[in-house]
Order: sequence, then structure tokens, then C-alpha cells
Amino acid sequence: MSIGSTPLKFKVRIDPERCMNCGRCIENCSYGVYRKEGDDIRINSRNCVACHRCLAFCPRDAIDIEEKPGDYRSHPVWTREVREAVFNQAKTGKIILSGMGNAKPYPIIFDRLVLDACQVTNPSIDPLREPMELRTYLGKKPSSLSLRQMPNGDVELLTKLTPNLQIETPIMIGHMSYGAISLNAQTALAKAVSKIGTFMGTGEGGLHESLYPYQNHMIVQVASGRFGVDINYLERGAAIEIKIGQGAKPGIGGHLPGEKVCADVSCTRMIPEGSDAISPAPHHDIYSIEDLKQLVHSLKEATEWKKPVFVKIAAVHNSAAIAAGIARSGADAVVVDGFRGGSGATPRVFRDHVGIPVEAAVASVDAKLRQQGIRNEVSIIASGGIRESADVAKIICLGADAVYIGTSALVAMGCRVCGTCYRGTCAWGIATQKPELVARLDPETNAVQVENLINGWTLELAELMGAAGINSIESLRGNRDRLRGYMLDEGLLNVLDVKTVGA
Amino acid sequence: MEWIRFHCDNMCGIIGVIDRRRQLMDGSKIKEALASMDERGSGEGAGYVAYGIYPDYKEYYALHVFFDNIREHKVPLDNLLEKWGTIVHDEQIKTYEQPGLRKVHTPWRYFFRPDPNMMPKSTTPEEDIITHLVMKVNSERNGALIFSSGKNLGVFKAAGWPEDVANFYRIQDYQGYLWLAHNRYPTNTSGWWGGAHPFNLLNWSVVHNGEITSYGTNRRYIESYGYKCTMYTDTEVVAYLVDLLVRKHGLSEKMAVRALAPPFWEEIDRMPPKEQELNRAIRLTYGPALMNGPFAICVANENSLVGFTDRIKLRPLVSGESGDRLFISSEEAAIRRIDPDVEHITMPRAGEPIVGKVYS
Ligand code: SF4
Ligand code: SF4
Repeated sequence: MSIGSTPLKFKVRIDPERCMNCGRCIENCSYGVYRKEGDDIRINSRNCVACHRCLAFCPRDAIDIEEKPGDYRSHPVWTREVREAVFNQAKTGKIILSGMGNAKPYPIIFDRLVLDACQVTNPSIDPLREPMELRTYLGKKPSSLSLRQMPNGDVELLTKLTPNLQIETPIMIGHMSYGAISLNAQTALAKAVSKIGTFMGTGEGGLHESLYPYQNHMIVQVASGRFGVDINYLERGAAIEIKIGQGAKPGIGGHLPGEKVCADVSCTRMIPEGSDAISPAPHHDIYSIEDLKQLVHSLKEATEWKKPVFVKIAAVHNSAAIAAGIARSGADAVVVDGFRGGSGATPRVFRDHVGIPVEAAVASVDAKLRQQGIRNEVSIIASGGIRESADVAKIICLGADAVYIGTSALVAMGCRVCGTCYRGTCAWGIATQKPELVARLDPETNAVQVENLINGWTLELAELMGAAGINSIESLRGNRDRLRGYMLDEGLLNVLDVKTVGA
Repeated sequence: MEWIRFHCDNMCGIIGVIDRRRQLMDGSKIKEALASMDERGSGEGAGYVAYGIYPDYKEYYALHVFFDNIREHKVPLDNLLEKWGTIVHDEQIKTYEQPGLRKVHTPWRYFFRPDPNMMPKSTTPEEDIITHLVMKVNSERNGALIFSSGKNLGVFKAAGWPEDVANFYRIQDYQGYLWLAHNRYPTNTSGWWGGAHPFNLLNWSVVHNGEITSYGTNRRYIESYGYKCTMYTDTEVVAYLVDLLVRKHGLSEKMAVRALAPPFWEEIDRMPPKEQELNRAIRLTYGPALMNGPFAICVANENSLVGFTDRIKLRPLVSGESGDRLFISSEEAAIRRIDPDVEHITMPRAGEPIVGKVYS
């Protein structure tokens, strides 16, 4: 082969002074980095993906993983990534697959927005002593109420409200299907959301029987492949989500490799075992906004108008107009998935180059809906690149009602963002269906970790609101006055409708 | 877009009184009462609104306008008004020089009859025309500012101490059955007359003590209904919200206050089912109208006076009764200044409205 080897991505070393030869690294590594030869532990660094499973379980801190031990001659244009992509395609002639979200060093808008706090002229509110309300309702709201004054002084409500989802914190867990992640991982997430009083998405992989006890906290997804969709599935969900697009791969469908389709996954998805699960790029019954409207209506009709229906789109240039169309389709919420959203498997070229950041998308969607006077028709759920509680506060200020988190929930279960989910050998038992790896993930303890994470963020969010003199989340939503842009250009400040710091 | 905002902060003083039989009171007592709260102001702005002062013109909209310069700015406004209706009468508002007050505007009054044919699609064409004109003139900032636009009522305000402002307009010469007054302690841009309270639109007038931390949310909500926030003050948003909820959506004053300062979910969850349903519907529908932050507010229209505070009552508000009169103020002492024998001094619970209505 004329290209030959490329420099190692990681270099793994064991400090012989510290190693006690327990063999845990060999057991734990699912990528075949370690092997025993006689009494020695041999290392094949080329297999390492830096998932840190070995490092986490080495009792002696003997393992050291170095990134890019030897590099190419540096060049500002011909980066390592670019060169390796060329090698890769020169060898294979194929589309390059990747995992997790956008990996280009684009500036992160969240990191250039700062929040406000009260000083002197108005008091901040202490969430430990005063009520702090984070409860949120997702779904359609009337634009006005019709009330009747009764002779006895009571007021009667004449307007009928459509079903909304009630969440006690604006943080939900996004759609990660059984297939993309393991059943144990889904179970841990399901336990966590049920405990907290929030929701999670099933992804497009159907709903496994063992998750039925948590169905009141599940949003079932209908994607272009219609995997796992039947009336039983729709009726079990607390809400239904139509997936049009995903931030990590706008404009294309999904692909679950046959290796991940084990017997159980095949039942839940309702497809033959071992077959690739390929979701087409468009829904074959949706070629216009009218078609979407029909699907929304048929799903509502099928479930007797008892469940909110969400529509998820990837954040693209024209999101605002698309969202306005969705608002008019009868849907109850629009999910805007930014280009940093994670994925089990996505073509690298899409992951890194297609779509826009969720901050700008939500700001323009919210503005457009208000401009047209239909903001109350739909809730806005933001997803894709929400990393911490400050991001939640900022995106709510920009107009979102709630967020979906994905990667951060996985990280709470041990995921190290190694980006090799598409290989199906996740050493943490998350993005895999191999029974021995899945067994590593204990749903009970991981549920507690996920719960802790969301509780921690919720507490921080309450503190941030209190500091801003706000005691109910409605007053944070769309309150762009409480944000300032730091080193953002004027064009972006206009899109975000945010003033610069100091102004 | 520039939207410097300034609010009345921690120390503003407010007072309101309504006579339920519509018996008239002149402005002298209200002036004294407001002056008694000088501690709460900084001499940077004060104002009064009185209802019932223009009985001879009561069918017409009384527009009070600040002109920067009569010669330059009046003709364009006259032309605009004539386009939308008829100017029945107009005159300069009488003012009397005060040593402590710099006259930066010329206050003018118009009695105006809008032509309903100009808004054929509207169910309330007259009010919509007035609202449109106020928004248009005030956002264009072309040397004219309409700061009062109701029928049979008028706002009088300026940058200065309460006594000076009162003497500048001689408010003791006006006779009204409902008064609101405000003494301002601003922390931002000083000396701008438009920023003084009361804030008025159509028959709604608002005085406000505090800061609305939800301003950004409220502003964006109200602007999606065609209102434009042009006065750089969070108080105007209150007037628009009340106009939207009461006039356009037909809520009672009590229900409107429920929407602006609703009970906490904890309380709602404990209510009997029907009440729970009502309150949940109010919060779901009017969440963006919810006002956060420390405030005490008095809102008036031709029939009623309503006072309420924020949901955790970070600003004081007391009420008192005396015969047909209801008083609302930041301080009991101010009420006693008007009527030493006032009875039933009460402090409303957070978010609970005090409502005084004229007898029908
Ligand atoms: S886990 Fe650590 S101590 Fe055990 S064999 Fe591996 S390097 Fe040595
Ligand atoms: S979930 Fe994916 S990124 Fe996370 S550790 Fe597993 S393979 Fe790596």
C-alpha cells in the first residue's frame, strides 16, 4: 500500500513501576489495545480510541494516554484531519463515517453570551428561601381565554385547553434509540426522567417492553423508517415526535448497521435480525407542509387527540420559516436540533459542514413565530450542543421553552466522547449491543448519576434566575434583555436580538 | 434599535384615590400627599393623572403632547391628526414658571375625534386609531410625544420635584374623581419628561414603583400584538398588558391581575379542581405576560382603580377607605395627608389586587 501507516492518534503507556499486573485493562478494553504475552502486558496503541475505560479502572493509575504523540508537519490549511480524510478516502473510496457532534473549531455562541444579575436597584431572589418556579408546559396554548363571571362570584373557564406535557425542570433527554444505545443505557435514562418528573425520547427504534413501566415519561418517535411504529407504541408514549431531521446530519436519513441489530433490537424495531436499519432521507409521505399536517392529524386521530405531537427539524438556514409552517400544521412543539447535536453514526462531511448552531436557530424561530403572532401555537425545544446549565439559561433567554440533552446524559453514564459509537463496541456499555459490554452498565447506579446531573443543573438554573430577580421561568423565556453578547459581530447580535456587553 | 430602558427603582412613591360616586376632588391634596413622600423621590420626575377633568369635551380623546418646538413640530402632528380624524379644539396647556423646573417641552392639548372609517376592519376603530397614532408619533421621535390619550382625563408630568411639577401645571385647578400620582427616583437617564409617570394609553394610566425584571419577555410578548414600546420605561409595558388583557381579551381587572401576578404552582396544586384548572389555564395562556421583579403598581381607567404588588411583595402597598373613597399608596402617611381620618388601612397580600370601582 503506497500510503502506509499514519501517525498514531494516541499513545498508550503503562508505568511498570506502578503496574501490579492485575489485567483489568485487558478485560476492560473492547478495542483490543492490551494483550497478555507471558507475564507481560503488550500494548497496541493504534487500536486506542481514548475511551478511557482502562484508565478509569486501573487500580494503580499506571496508564497514561497521550494524544497525537507524533504529528504531521504542521500546516494551517492542510490540517491533520484534512490529510487523514484524504488518506482514508483514497484507500476506501467511501463516505467517511464519524460519531458525536460537529468537531470543527467554529466559535461557540453560548460561550460568547453572558447572563445578567441584579445589583442594588432590585433585589436578587434567594431560591433557598423563596419559591423558584421551573415548571414548564409543552404544547399548544390558547392565545386568549374566554371566562364567564358567575353570579356567585366564581369565574368559569370556557376555553378548552389542549393536552400539554408538564415538566418540573426544562431539561429533558433527547431521542437516542434502542439500537444506537443499549437497553441498559435507555433503562437508566428512563428511571432518571421518571424520578425527576421530566421526559426522554425513545428514538426511532421502538419501545422495548421492559420500558413500559416508564412509558408515561417517554416521547415516542416516528421517523422516516417508521421502525417500531404501531398503535400500541403510539398509545404508550406521553407524546409523539415526528422526526424530520437531525442536527448531526441534516438532509439525510439514518443508518443502523446490521451488527447492532440483535434479536431484541430486531423485535423492538420490527425488522429482521442482522439487517441494516436504513431510514430514508425524507419521509416518503411528506413532500410538503400539507403532507406534514396530514401526518400530524393522523397521529392525533389515532391517539384520540390525547397526546401532543412534536416535530423535530435540523437547524438549517431557513429554520424560522419551516418552524412557522410547522406551527400551522397543528403540531404542539417544534424541536430545533443544532449542528452540534450528537449522533451514533453520521457522515463526517454532514456532521462538520451542514446546518447552523442552535442558538441562532432558536433566536430566529422565536422571532419569526412572534412576528406572525403564533408563538403560542407551539413550544420550542432546543437541542444539540447543550453542555451545562448556563447553556440552558441562555437558550431559554433566546426563546426556547425547554431543552433536550443527549451527549451530556451519556457522559453522566461514563461516556468519554471518544466518538466511536458507530463501531458498536462502546467500552462503557452505552453505544453497543454486545451483551458482555452492555452488562457493564448498571441501570440503577447510572440512573442516579443522570438524575444527579439534571438536579444539579436545575439547582444552578434556579440560582441564575434568582440572581436575575426572576422567580418563574416564564419570565426568563425570550428575555433577551438579560443577555449580552461578548465579542459577537453586529450581524449575529441582530439575529440574536441581544445587545453587546457594556450597552 | 435603541432601547435604553429606565425604570423607577427602589424608592418611588405612588398614590391613587378614587371616589366611587365620581365626586370631584381638586389636586391640592394629592399634591401634598405626594410631596410628603419626597424621601422616595429625587426631584427628577413627578406626575399626576386626573379623571373627569374635561366634562365639556368628554366625547373626544384628550391628547396631551410634549412638543420640543412648536414652530417646527406642531404642523406635522396637526396634519397627521387631520388625516385620521378631526381636531375639535386645541390649545397650549397652561403652565407657570417654577424656579426649580426647566421647561424643556411645550405641553399641548388636543381634543380629537378619530374617523372610524379610517379603520374599517377593526371592531374598535376609534381606540385602534388612537393607539396607532400614539405608537407612530412616539416611535418616530420627531419632536412630539403623545403622553396622554384618554377621554375626559389628562396626565401632567415633568422632570422635577412633585410640588414644582404640581405648581407648574397648577394641578389644584383641576377637578377629578380619580387621581394617580407618582414621585420618581430614577437611576438612569434623567430629565426626560416622557420617562416620568403616570404612563397612559387610551383610558389606562399606570404608576409603578419598582423594576420589572421580566421586561424583555413582556415587551416581546406585547410587541407581537402590535404595541410598540417607545418610552424606554418598563411602566408602559404594564399599560399595554392591561389594555390587551382587559380591553382586547375581555378579562376582568381581577383576572388580569391574576395573569400578571399569578399564584405559585404550589398554591395552584392545592386548589380545588375547578379553580386549579382556571389558574393553570391563566398561567399557560398568559405566561409571557407574567411580571417578575419587585414592584407595586396602580392601574386606573375611567371606572376603576386597581393596585397590586409582585408575587412576593418586594415593594410596599397599603390601602385605606373613607366613605366613598378608596386610597392606595406606598405609604400610609401619604394617605393620611389627604384624609387624616382614613379607615380600614390594609396591606394586600402579594399578587392580590385592591380594586375600587365607581358605582354603576
Ligand atoms: S489495569 Fe493498571 S495495574 Fe492493572 S494491569 Fe492494567 S495497567 Fe497494570
Ligand atoms: S457512547 Fe460513543 S463516544 Fe461515548 S464512550 Fe461510548 S463509544 Fe465513545
